[in-house]
Amino acid sequence: MDLKTPLSERDVRRLKVGDVIYLSGIIFTSRDKAHSRVVHDNETLPIDAKGLAVYHCGPIVRKDGKRWNIISAGPTTSSRLENMESDFIRSTGIRMIIGKGGMGEKTTKACMEYGVVYCSFTGGASLVGADCIKRVKDVFWLDMGIPEAVWVFEVSRFGPLVVSIDSKGNNLYEDVKRRARTRV
Amino acid sequence: MSDLDQIIFDLIKKASTDLPKDTEKALLYAYKKETDRIAKLQLKTILENVRLARERQLPICQDTGTLIFFVDVGIDFPYKREIRNSIYKAVEIVTNAIPLRPNCVDPFTDKNTGNLGEKIPWIEWNVVEGKDCKITLLPKGGGSENCSALEMFNPSDGMEKIEDFVVNHIVECNGKPCPPVIVGIGIGGGADIAMKLAKRSLLRPVGERSKNKTIADLEERLLKRINGTGIGPMGLGGKTTALDVHIEYASRHPASFPVALSIQCWANRRASVIIKEDGDIKWI
Repeated sequence: MDLKTPLSERDVRRLKVGDVIYLSGIIFTSRDKAHSRVVHDNETLPIDAKGLAVYHCGPIVRKDGKRWNIISAGPTTSSRLENMESDFIRSTGIRMIIGKGGMGEKTTKACMEYGVVYCSFTGGASLVGADCIKRVKDVFWLDMGIPEAVWVFEVSRFGPLVVSIDSKGNNLYEDVKRRARTRV
Repeated sequence: MSDLDQIIFDLIKKASTDLPKDTEKALLYAYKKETDRIAKLQLKTILENVRLARERQLPICQDTGTLIFFVDVGIDFPYKREIRNSIYKAVEIVTNAIPLRPNCVDPFTDKNTGNLGEKIPWIEWNVVEGKDCKITLLPKGGGSENCSALEMFNPSDGMEKIEDFVVNHIVECNGKPCPPVIVGIGIGGGADIAMKLAKRSLLRPVGERSKNKTIADLEERLLKRINGTGIGPMGLGGKTTALDVHIEYASRHPASFPVALSIQCWANRRASVIIKEDGDIKWI
């Protein structure tokens, strides 16, 4: 399934766990430090993120002249952001989270309440990811270091993304884990 | 760059961009036998990424890891003095050349210092007989490293309890360490020794069993149990959760039974080179 940003609440509420999607439009990165700046320091995200997707990612970039080139951009472990993500959703108005490894109960609840989905991108697939990034539209908060800065990407058919937390309260990771516990 | 700088430069490049064939083969096997739609898609994306990295000579993963060098240096190797400086120099140059992600953060100032930092890259020295030097690089990613574990068992706990600990831990880690993983287990010695053995066990090729029959059987049994849980590629469900289980051990103290886990993601990056006394090199 193909989707384009800005995503509407209706776009997102239709998605269910197990759907495979490819996303085009604008996504931006935010990981530990940028999340903390928004959630703990109450700073305003430097972009209008309404309807966009946040990507848990610390890329490898290279500056050629004035132009930033993305060399490698796979997802980072999302669970590190579990304590901050619901507040991040509330203050930014994002509609999609892209990461790896899944998120917990707090984020699942926020996805239901605000109409957001969590999508898994294959961990380590950094070159497949970089190939979907057409250009770096902007970068903010570079003072936090390259992996932690907020990178704004224009992407074309970014994916494959697997909807693993939908806005109906389903969490694929928790289902897999629950089943696994009975098979130990 | 000196010849030694260049060799280490090439070693870092090989480890970061060229997934060992044993690991790729295991991933391909996992892909072929997988029937779950989502799991198959994960493995297909992984294999595509491995191919792209090799073709373009770019890092397999954007997390290019903490660089850990295992140096088995012959007591009569003539260039002992140069090894440390060559490692530092090559790391600095290669960071911009490949490029690698700047991955050294000072724990107190939070400053990112590139890939050279306090005691990092880490060098694990081992003095051996002879005139050769073997250098192995293990770039270790943060996501899988965060899934490390250590448990100090009672000697009376028994092997079953230890096996349960390993399997339960992999289940609770779920998708976090980027499965299918390689599970490195260190048993005995002491807390630090068990952890070092666990990490060192990751240097063994995927598919290679311990030479000790009892240990080899335990590795097989654990692999089967871990894959029976169905955690699957990326924790999204499926047949392959681990590509292999490797166990290294040391004698234990009568009162202690340490068991350490070092988990490696599917991007099981490692490379080795042997440097001869006369400067000849052999890639492994």
